[in-house]
Amino acid sequence: MLAASSVEIRKVNKYYGDFQALKDIDLSILPGKVTCLIGPSGSGKSTLLRCINFLEEYDSGEVRIDGQLIGYDAPGKRMPGRKLREMRRSIGMVFQQFNLWPHMTARENVAEGLIRVRGMSKSEAERRAAEALAKVGLADKMANHPSRLSGGQQQRVAIARAIAMEPKLMLFDEPTSALDPELVGEVLNVMKTLAGEGMTMVVVTHEMGFAAHVADQVVFMEKGELVGVDSPDRILHHPEDARIQSFLRTYHERNSF
Amino acid sequence: MFSFAVFLESFWPLFWAARYTLLISVLGIGLGLVIGTLICAARLSPYPPLRRFAAIWVSFLRGVPLLVQLLVFYYTLPVIGLDVPPMVAAVVTVGICASAYISEIWRGAIAALPKGQTEAAVAIGMNPRDVWTRVILPQAVTLSLPALINELILLVKASSLVSVVGILELTRASQAQAATTFRPLEVYIAAACIYLLINLCLAALGRYLEHRTAA
Repeated sequence: MLAASSVEIRKVNKYYGDFQALKDIDLSILPGKVTCLIGPSGSGKSTLLRCINFLEEYDSGEVRIDGQLIGYDAPGKRMPGRKLREMRRSIGMVFQQFNLWPHMTARENVAEGLIRVRGMSKSEAERRAAEALAKVGLADKMANHPSRLSGGQQQRVAIARAIAMEPKLMLFDEPTSALDPELVGEVLNVMKTLAGEGMTMVVVTHEMGFAAHVADQVVFMEKGELVGVDSPDRILHHPEDARIQSFLRTYHERNSF
Repeated sequence: MFSFAVFLESFWPLFWAARYTLLISVLGIGLGLVIGTLICAARLSPYPPLRRFAAIWVSFLRGVPLLVQLLVFYYTLPVIGLDVPPMVAAVVTVGICASAYISEIWRGAIAALPKGQTEAAVAIGMNPRDVWTRVILPQAVTLSLPALINELILLVKASSLVSVVGILELTRASQAQAATTFRPLEVYIAAACIYLLINLCLAALGRYLEHRTAA
């Protein structure tokens, strides 16, 4: 990996009407490291993740990518669309529902951004798309439309679509939550490879195994608050906060049989 | 009673008159597509005055019968000093009326697209124009094809109304022929067959297009 971004989140607040979805969030994400966001549903993990590429507009505070404020030129003053698009080019995002474009083949899905956003020629973009798809193990599925792919394959195409843009930061919003259990592994393996290459990754996940083995830091959130930030071992095996202990107890009960 | 010879005899002249029916419907839907797309864009725009204008346009044109719209349009124009040939008046009225329905068809199709489709495009830094032309519209067209073909078929049938402004389209031509031959049964059955034939062809075209655009 050529370069990896850092993310600085300072005093970020987000409201939906009267409901406060994020409360004074402070978090540092180091370049080349994997950060997993865990916590009960509705805790604000996805909202926080989506603030990093400004898909969700935060109301106050700062989110800085490599020192540059995203979304605003100054507090309260929105950034022009062109400048925001420029910043998003180097941030890849993978969604829970894959969000592949159904009217395009796997290869076209990956090439589209290279052509439209990076301004590449069609042939160059297709060559790059083929490389990216080969990297996620889908060299033989390039001509398939998403409807002809399994969930795991679709998510791997979505990852290829993101990495083909050569991002310096990857955001994953519950990338395996919509998958049948037997398809989760293939997606996590691709993510592990990326992590091994030194990509900065922020991952919202319910896969505690992935968090334990791949993450450099684990963040626990509840009710819009950041409850704990620490090493996977400290958060997952020796949590001090009662809220984390309770969450993990529920998790283990549900996953034991 | 029913004479097959009379039926055949009236079939071909009526088939020829049906060219106006087809012309008005096809030009009408063409115009309706252009105006309807603009109205839909206005309806979805961030500017409240444009949105209000589009909403009024749609509710007015959907709320007044096409027959009345034709009469109003045709008899108002000379009053304001415009001499418009009946054929032009008919196509414009049919097109404007269709635009209201078509803009709603578009709006429905666009609203049916999952939000994630746009988000995926925005997240990689695509500009708004490419988001529309590459991601939203191609899918909206596919989604709305059945409804658009439906609208075209409705227009073919509604085009019989333009006879009130003096155009000798299929329905008017069959009335004239029934009056001169005194054989309404054969003549109207022939007209019915022609309408059916046109619409079966359009339905087949629709199925072909749907099949082609289906991923």
